[in-house]
Amino acid sequence: MAVVFQAIGADTALSSTNLFVSKRTHFSYRQSLPERKTSVCAVRSNGISFSGLNSRGRKAEPLITNAVATKAESPTASAASKPGHELLLYEALREGLDEEMERDPTVWVLGEDVGHYGGSYKVTKGLAEKYGDLRVLDTPICENSFTGMAIGAAMNGLRPIIEGMNMGFLLLAFNQISNNCGMLHYTSGGQFTIPVVIRGPGGVGRHLGPEHSQRLESYFQSIPGIQMVACSTPYNAKGLMKAAIRSKNPVIFFEHVLLYNIKERIPDEEYVLNLEEAEMVRPGEQVTILTYSRMRYHVMQAAQTLVNKGYDPEVIDIRSLKPFDLYTIGNSVKKTHKVLIVEECMQTGGIGASLMAAIDENFHDYLDARIVCLSSQNVPTPYPGKLEEQTLVQPPKIVTAVEQLCASTGSCQ
Amino acid sequence: MASTFSTPATKLIQPPSLNFSPTPTTNRTSRSPIKSLFHPLKNHNHKLRLNKCNSAPSHGQSTTVVAVSDTVKKPKSTPTLPNLLITKEEGLELYEDMILGRYFEDMCAQMYYRGKMFGFVHLYNGQEAVSTGFIKLLKQQDSVVSTYRDHVHALSKGVPARAVMSELFGRTTGCCRGQGGSMHMFSKEHNLLGGFAFIGEGIPVATGAAFTSKYRREVLKEDDCDHVSVAFFGDGTANNGQFFECLNMAALWKLPIVFVVENNLWAIGMSHLRATSVPEIWKKGPAFGMPGVHVDGMDVLKVREVAKEAINRARRGEGPTLVECETYRFRGHSLADPDELRDPSEKSHYATRDPITALKKYMFDNNLVSEAELKAIEKKIDELVEEAVEFADSSPHPPRTQLLENVFADPRGFGIGPDGKYRCEDPKFTEGTAHV
Repeated sequence: MAVVFQAIGADTALSSTNLFVSKRTHFSYRQSLPERKTSVCAVRSNGISFSGLNSRGRKAEPLITNAVATKAESPTASAASKPGHELLLYEALREGLDEEMERDPTVWVLGEDVGHYGGSYKVTKGLAEKYGDLRVLDTPICENSFTGMAIGAAMNGLRPIIEGMNMGFLLLAFNQISNNCGMLHYTSGGQFTIPVVIRGPGGVGRHLGPEHSQRLESYFQSIPGIQMVACSTPYNAKGLMKAAIRSKNPVIFFEHVLLYNIKERIPDEEYVLNLEEAEMVRPGEQVTILTYSRMRYHVMQAAQTLVNKGYDPEVIDIRSLKPFDLYTIGNSVKKTHKVLIVEECMQTGGIGASLMAAIDENFHDYLDARIVCLSSQNVPTPYPGKLEEQTLVQPPKIVTAVEQLCASTGSCQ
Repeated sequence: MASTFSTPATKLIQPPSLNFSPTPTTNRTSRSPIKSLFHPLKNHNHKLRLNKCNSAPSHGQSTTVVAVSDTVKKPKSTPTLPNLLITKEEGLELYEDMILGRYFEDMCAQMYYRGKMFGFVHLYNGQEAVSTGFIKLLKQQDSVVSTYRDHVHALSKGVPARAVMSELFGRTTGCCRGQGGSMHMFSKEHNLLGGFAFIGEGIPVATGAAFTSKYRREVLKEDDCDHVSVAFFGDGTANNGQFFECLNMAALWKLPIVFVVENNLWAIGMSHLRATSVPEIWKKGPAFGMPGVHVDGMDVLKVREVAKEAINRARRGEGPTLVECETYRFRGHSLADPDELRDPSEKSHYATRDPITALKKYMFDNNLVSEAELKAIEKKIDELVEEAVEFADSSPHPPRTQLLENVFADPRGFGIGPDGKYRCEDPKFTEGTAHV
């Protein structure tokens, strides 16, 4: 499974390097790199003022490039620019955790089997030996209470990172996440901050059955006072994890069971990404495809096919599920006038549904066609593989959707 | 041996109307054979003691077990005369705190019916002994977590009466800027961590505060950190999962926390006996490896003695205690509750056990105070509460600009708008009219 994804990444990398030799994209690629550096270093330091953020100079840039990490082209391309080191996504998460725990002694991790066992997905492996049993706390199986306990600790000055062994288990912690995590800062009139990070793997795996294949982002999105991010590559996993830990807001950090073994080369030096920004995966002109987490890889696979057929999709990994980065998304919509959302959430009340509403509300006049949203079917994920596959959005479906979308607006290449 | 707990505390008085057959547990002062297992001098290994504590029920000696687990350390010199329980200063302090609680709540009722405060307001009349008995022993850095019946806990912890009253009126000068209301009293300065509407929700938060105390001591090496956390909740909550989960974690990690059950026998209209298979909540402590104590919650001195021991135990790092205070609320569950279900004879029985009257009688009987001194206190509190109302009444309502503040500690959490700027940079944001 890991090999497959690496191959996908590699294929995309090679072909995209071949294709994007156009002058404009080359210009954008070269320009994007220093831009990325500036943006990465500039963000997420606690002392930064908002004017500092504005002075990224986003508005001055041509439309294609933007301040987010444009590792669009390929891992190999970025490797060529700076050495760095190669690792898997779960190792990148661990690096992020380790660095933050080293930097700030009030940061601690809790969850089931995070300590001695090293984490059921090995994200916290080795941390208990390094930091001790109190900083990497093995909890009993009581999600609601240990989430509440972490919130109480956060109110008193610590910075806990709560791991849900599977995101689905956090349904048991919904009371604490909604009432206390999200709302306490407001209810207390701003007296207490809750700088927690709630992280865990969610999404549909392989034959895990309905209860272990849930996508909780749609359930949590209405809770006021929380932020939600979804990582998809080792680079953004580490960067977003560090940003989430440093943030004063409660952040729910969605990982995916099938993405833990994605391999990528990431920089050696420290970097922190912006929690509220989306990531431009592949600039394009023709259609905007918005996605996040695992579906990014399905989309890139489909993009490969589409490019071969002569289409030019723009792929954006929205990363920030709440709030949406309407700037990056809006710029893209204004350019392409067609939007396709590809997500793993259920069709009803998913992230895609909210995103559709947000885009329609803000950019309705820029749209040439209705927004198409491809989501999972409103079905509990079945155990057999073939059925499980069919509940999700697969690449051929994405290709068809793009073709239809372009055809409907008469803007084939 | 265990007279700190057994002599003043352990009489279980059954209200006449309850359908509850007295068990041998009423004879709590008797020494059961099993007590020898709990003798602290016998077992130097504290952990071993707790194991024995746990194994007690399995010996089949259930109802004759002493209410108190003697794992609690006992001071060698016991007070032999009742009037050594408090000094005059302490007595006046306790009296003042209880009078403040009572007068404040009575004023709340008045203000509610005059339309100055709204929604769900839950009054604490009758239970003042528990709040005063525990919270007056705490330091400012110790944390208190409460439920929706939290006005008096806030007052005892030190939150000014005017801040609480303003909060009830929904004004900006309230302790939570008016945003919480009756059920959500918070104060960072006084370490009052809430004020929770859902029952059981605050117990993990208190456990987290206790965990922080341990963390500070052991990880951050703040050796003098001995902060204790006290969680108050009701009999209904004692059937909730979060209660049991937190008892487990607190005992497991020896957290400096005291779990205080304010058993007023009623959860709105649900009698405790109709809802609970084993009504003695204190018994659930030993099941998790901590002492379970039952105390007469209508007697502030008894509560105070138990509280002293429990809090000091936590401060010494010996772990949590579960204290069940048998108490009663004189009013209905909330101001919206007609309170028709409870038997009038039960209410009148508990009215005779009014904690304020009891303390008054005690202090007079022992010549600790004079009538004039108490009258002076009552007058002072009267004025204080009146002043609080005036202050609250004249305080401003929250402006529209307050709507979007404090949703996020870092308001960038509202995200980036279509124009590339963070939404919180939009001038309409500070006006409270921005669309987020």
